[in-house]
Amino acid sequence: MQTIDRINGLNRVNRRVAPPVKDAVDFNLVLPPYKRFVLKNGVEVFAIDLGNLDTLMVNWIFDAGNWFEERNGVATAANALLKSGTGRRNAYAINDHFEYYGSYLSRACHHETADINLHCLGRHAGELLPVVAEVVMDSIYPEEELAIYKKNAQQRLQVNLKKCDFVAGRLIDAYIYGAGHPYGRYSSLADYEALQQEELKEYYRRFYQHGRCRIIVAGKLPADIIGQLDKYFGDLPLTPASATPPQPPHPILPDPEKRHHIVNDPNGVQGAIRIGRNFPNRHHPDFQKFQVLNNVFGGFFGSRLMMNIREDKGYTYGIYSYLVNNRQESGFIVSTEAGKEVCAATIDEVYKEMRLICAKPIGAEELQMARNHTIGTILGDLDGPFHVASRWKTLLLNGLDGDYFDQGIRIVKTVTSEGLRELANKYLDPAAFYELLVI
Amino acid sequence: MIQFERFQLANGLRVLVHEDRSTPMAVVNVLYDVGARDEDPNKTGFAHLFEHLMFGGSANIPDFETPLQLAGGENNAYTTNDFTNYYIQLPAENMETAFWLESDRMVSLAFSEKSLEVQRKVVCEEFKEHYINKPYGDAWFKMRELVYTRHPYRWMTIGKELAHIEQAKLRDVKDFFFKYYRPVNAVLVVAGNVHTDQVRALAEKWFGDIDTGEKYIRNLPAEPKQHGARRLEVKADVPLDALYKCYPMAARTDPGYYVADLISEVLGGGASSRLHQSLIKEKKLFSQIECYHTGSTDPGLVVIEGKLIKGIRLEDADKAVEEEIARLLSGKIEEKELMKVKNKTESAILFEDMSVMNRANSLAIYELLGDANMMNTELARYQAVTADEILATGREIFHPDNSNTMYYNSIN
Repeated sequence: MQTIDRINGLNRVNRRVAPPVKDAVDFNLVLPPYKRFVLKNGVEVFAIDLGNLDTLMVNWIFDAGNWFEERNGVATAANALLKSGTGRRNAYAINDHFEYYGSYLSRACHHETADINLHCLGRHAGELLPVVAEVVMDSIYPEEELAIYKKNAQQRLQVNLKKCDFVAGRLIDAYIYGAGHPYGRYSSLADYEALQQEELKEYYRRFYQHGRCRIIVAGKLPADIIGQLDKYFGDLPLTPASATPPQPPHPILPDPEKRHHIVNDPNGVQGAIRIGRNFPNRHHPDFQKFQVLNNVFGGFFGSRLMMNIREDKGYTYGIYSYLVNNRQESGFIVSTEAGKEVCAATIDEVYKEMRLICAKPIGAEELQMARNHTIGTILGDLDGPFHVASRWKTLLLNGLDGDYFDQGIRIVKTVTSEGLRELANKYLDPAAFYELLVI
Repeated sequence: MIQFERFQLANGLRVLVHEDRSTPMAVVNVLYDVGARDEDPNKTGFAHLFEHLMFGGSANIPDFETPLQLAGGENNAYTTNDFTNYYIQLPAENMETAFWLESDRMVSLAFSEKSLEVQRKVVCEEFKEHYINKPYGDAWFKMRELVYTRHPYRWMTIGKELAHIEQAKLRDVKDFFFKYYRPVNAVLVVAGNVHTDQVRALAEKWFGDIDTGEKYIRNLPAEPKQHGARRLEVKADVPLDALYKCYPMAARTDPGYYVADLISEVLGGGASSRLHQSLIKEKKLFSQIECYHTGSTDPGLVVIEGKLIKGIRLEDADKAVEEEIARLLSGKIEEKELMKVKNKTESAILFEDMSVMNRANSLAIYELLGDANMMNTELARYQAVTADEILATGREIFHPDNSNTMYYNSIN
């Protein structure tokens, strides 16, 4: 007390009173728009011209995710090996070219889509775009590179399988969507072993060379960037992508058994906990409202799960809940690693928090806090061209537009405590959840 | 060019302001000049545990999180062997909330027994999650002890062992706070949609009257020059054999730092780097290999680490790495290869500077290193490095007497 009085005595400032703040409802959040262009072959380009540094990102999004593969691991391998050789350049020459210009050419394979991503300085685009086009048109999947890929992917998997969080992350998806669904499938050592050059080439031919593609370009855009994209990609046999559900349809077949406790490492000192359930996709009216509820429940550091299970009990280094970013159907998952001896108590507390948020309306201050935090986070997240591009990417891939973003902001600003309690009762019944513990 | 203003409060707090009108946000970053290297060898992990306690309530504010969230803000912190950094990002209109929160915890923490008890457990879980319950999680504990015989980089930021964290007392917490968390040992950076005058007024208002404290004069034991290769062999329940090699390098502000940074890029930065191309692709000895450096303030390490292809012997893999090093030391590298690593460095700097949070963070760190303006001169220092320097510095770093090698054997 003495210290405090002394400080406040000296100072004109009253440290016990918070400075006034501007409320979330008073912030006007605008998602900066894109400009849409169409290349000669019909491929759409979404251009976000923002920022003042000479940095550029170009994202080629192909409908080439694991949705379309007939055997496990083919889509991922076809994507990963895009940099492994073309008719004109071997893997080293491709990598050396991009790295010489200080750029990064990365790949990523998701469920519906698979990406090629270029980060570079705008002034180097002219040297780099033709080589990306070469990768899209002329990859040859050399046997030797495939053999290296198989071996290294298997070794990586062997290491990952020792980690409880990795094992749990795979299993919870398999329970929620079914082990045969593209969202729930995962690769085994044998799947990697079985990969064949011919099937990768065929996958590449269908889903990249002649694939459906869209392009997002963001940054301080060079004046001729659209012209350059048209020059290098407009004549390729690509077709425009659409947001209609991909074919073939894959039925979701959740696991009938809800509770799974697994011993992966008998000497493990922690357990990975996943408590999850199926959840409707972004088009459902509950989706955006639920994100506010999730913020209160477990969505960020100040949430109830974190405050109770970490900041009060000290059972874990961190605990979060989130909605899965899937197109066909989302999932709602609580995720944490906790000390082996407190795993059971942690699981109990998660259910307790579910029952509590169903039973008692969220207080005014807590709701205000979640609102303001959400708006502040979105405001910060709209900062810079790449963040804006990533927001647009999610909207575009889900067949949504800027109205959806505006509607989300309106929901955050107006949702009521009663509305959230109804939502909690609809979705947070512990009995509806898969419970997975991997030690 | 990153523009900034600099001033100092009467109590010694250094304040930097970086105005950027293109963002609606403000970042308030407080860097304290204390890290794991300043710890008592018998109480390691304390700087990091302390960072957790900084969120457990301060003199006048029982709960740090709630008011910040009401202001639409987010925050986090991290501890390294060299320093401890706290940052808040929030809408610029609400910037004063960050001044209020950060200044109050510089006035004094609440020193709650409950917070200490909980955070001891949280940090123990963090320790388990990252270093015990993960394959190869203990490798760096062993490696640091092999390489550093006297300097406190000998232990990890998380601490040497769980017991040190479990035994932390409230008395230690108080002593630590009043020794290190004083204005005279801190740098405040405010960046984003702010005006220098406004920041100056707020800094005076909220931080101006905090007791100066005593300047902490760091006097750490220097690591003696290594004379002779060191080796360590361990066995563990992991799926693959792994190889770790470390070589002492220059301190952060030494000219040799920039050369060492580029050398690590030549060897291990990206898929066209030498180790990747030769040892993964051509010789097929490793499934994964990287070369990087620890980037620490005091003399750090160039590190080569990789996981072996099953069936390859560690001795053979090690020999192949040595051959690549010998090749690097056999003559000057080509201008084109040197240009490549410089270009990579340039774009890495530019991409990093895109975020106002990173800019605030870098300004604070450079100020602590001696001058925030180093942020604007770094690129030129990289660009000035010559192929001759790469060769000469490479020969110093990779002198056989400087090597520290660990064979991490799989018992499977």
